[in-house]
Amino acid sequence: MKVLRETMIIGLHSLRVALRNPLTIIVGLLQPITWMLLFAPLLKNLPTTTSFSATTAINIFTPGMLVMLAPITSLFSGIGLVTELRGGVLDRLRVTPASRLAIILGKAGRDLVVLLLQGLILVLIAWMMGLQIYPLGILVAFVLLLIVGLLMVSCSYAFALTLRDENAVASISNVLLLPLLLLSGLILPLELAPGWMKTLAALNPLAYTVAAMRALFVGEFNDVAIIQGFAVTAGLALLALFWATRSFRRSFA
Amino acid sequence: MAIIEAHGLKKQFKSGKTVVDALCGINLSVAEGGIIGLLGPNGAGKTTLLRILTTLLQPDAGTAQIVGQPIDTGSAAIRRRIGYVSQQGGAEAAATGRENVLLQARLHGLSAAEAKQRVSELLVGFELESIADRVVQTYSGGQRRRLDLAMGMVHRPVLLFLDEPAVGLDPQSRARLWDEVRSLHRGGTSVVITTHYLDEADALCDRVAIIDHGQIIVEDSPAGLKRTLAGDVVRLGIRVDELEQARTLFTNQAFVRDISCEDEHLRLVVEQGETALPQILQLVNDHGLSLQTITLDRPSLDDVFLHYTGRSLRDA
Repeated sequence: MKVLRETMIIGLHSLRVALRNPLTIIVGLLQPITWMLLFAPLLKNLPTTTSFSATTAINIFTPGMLVMLAPITSLFSGIGLVTELRGGVLDRLRVTPASRLAIILGKAGRDLVVLLLQGLILVLIAWMMGLQIYPLGILVAFVLLLIVGLLMVSCSYAFALTLRDENAVASISNVLLLPLLLLSGLILPLELAPGWMKTLAALNPLAYTVAAMRALFVGEFNDVAIIQGFAVTAGLALLALFWATRSFRRSFA
Repeated sequence: MAIIEAHGLKKQFKSGKTVVDALCGINLSVAEGGIIGLLGPNGAGKTTLLRILTTLLQPDAGTAQIVGQPIDTGSAAIRRRIGYVSQQGGAEAAATGRENVLLQARLHGLSAAEAKQRVSELLVGFELESIADRVVQTYSGGQRRRLDLAMGMVHRPVLLFLDEPAVGLDPQSRARLWDEVRSLHRGGTSVVITTHYLDEADALCDRVAIIDHGQIIVEDSPAGLKRTLAGDVVRLGIRVDELEQARTLFTNQAFVRDISCEDEHLRLVVEQGETALPQILQLVNDHGLSLQTITLDRPSLDDVFLHYTGRSLRDA
């Protein structure tokens, strides 16, 4: 109850401050929207051997872009946390009786709300481009989006609290971002990948998220990929959150 | 009753292969209602000590009681009753002043209505009302420091820790800050303040602990510290041809501890300036010396620091 109250207080405060600058939402959206507008149209003419032919290409492509939002928006949140660390903001929060978990969750909550707003805008654009809507699927997909967002932001916070350096956090995030994205099949399905790449992708948690998200967007609710995606993403998100909170409790000197 | 009671606090930091002893066994006792200055150069261990006393850092060894609670177990109980203004302040630059203080109030458990009331009251008190809804980025150094103080005070702590509060402030803002601290102290708040400004410790504190290389070297009232030192310095401007005669005269006086010539001045170190001056004037008169000028200087805390550490605080 106390944790919930404090999470809400910190979350709402951070959100109000973040939304004062509309760029917060727009910047993260630019990349996925560019892909949607300038890449998705190419998919219509792909050979019919891939799953793209089975349904509209946009229904396959949109869930990938939705997942892409999570690392783009949240993997770099740690940079802001390092700035707060340097500016004494975290100390000032830590010297109150507020729960440490609530401080992390509240700040992460801000990112998740931003992610949610971005996701809504993205789906709206996709809908205008011909996305076929499965309401239940989209609803569940957004839950998954929040979970993968929590995973990304927790990892980023843990990096930040361990490395304590803006540049180091930016570098590690940049190094991780591209392989994480390319090996998740979020741009083109991994069915097209050679065997060794499929093996590598099997180690990438985002691949499971993308697979689940895709099943939800094409209305295949019996697909076991959905359960797998939720299990992998949620399991890792909890671990990452634990890691971030733990770093927050002990990493101060 | 002591509001802070610390024994044998030790803390080491390791970075790579080098080990830095930040604190090497600190003992400290602060009376309730007191205002104590931790005076020392950068890197002396002041901030580390403060972070341990404010529950932000775990000591490697030693114990401490803050507001009657042991620091390691009673953390939440301590946090409710202490305030801490760090060197960097901790205001969120992108948020407004009001938002910053409100957040702090709410995290200290005030209800939304209570917090709103208390925050307006503080913002008026610290004369920040007119800029309260501007983002902190736009604040001047002095305004920002007052906001930091407001955040540290929002829950009416009985004990307030201020880490280098006047760094980077212009003289006016500094004087203003001192006034704020004094009025908090008058209101019954105990204050711990770290500083490397001698005049700050001198002006604000009723006790001063000199800290160097992770150890408290000496602790006393500012006046006491200066008294145990060299005594007061009296400079006499005397005609050159009478200098030697004057020197011989004063060397034989019991109240003179030390004597030397500086240019055309005679420099006397005396026990107590106030009582020495009349005696000096009497002697000058009795022996028909022509005294041109006379000045009395009290030793500064800088002299005290030099005395105990062998270094000047300015060089340290």
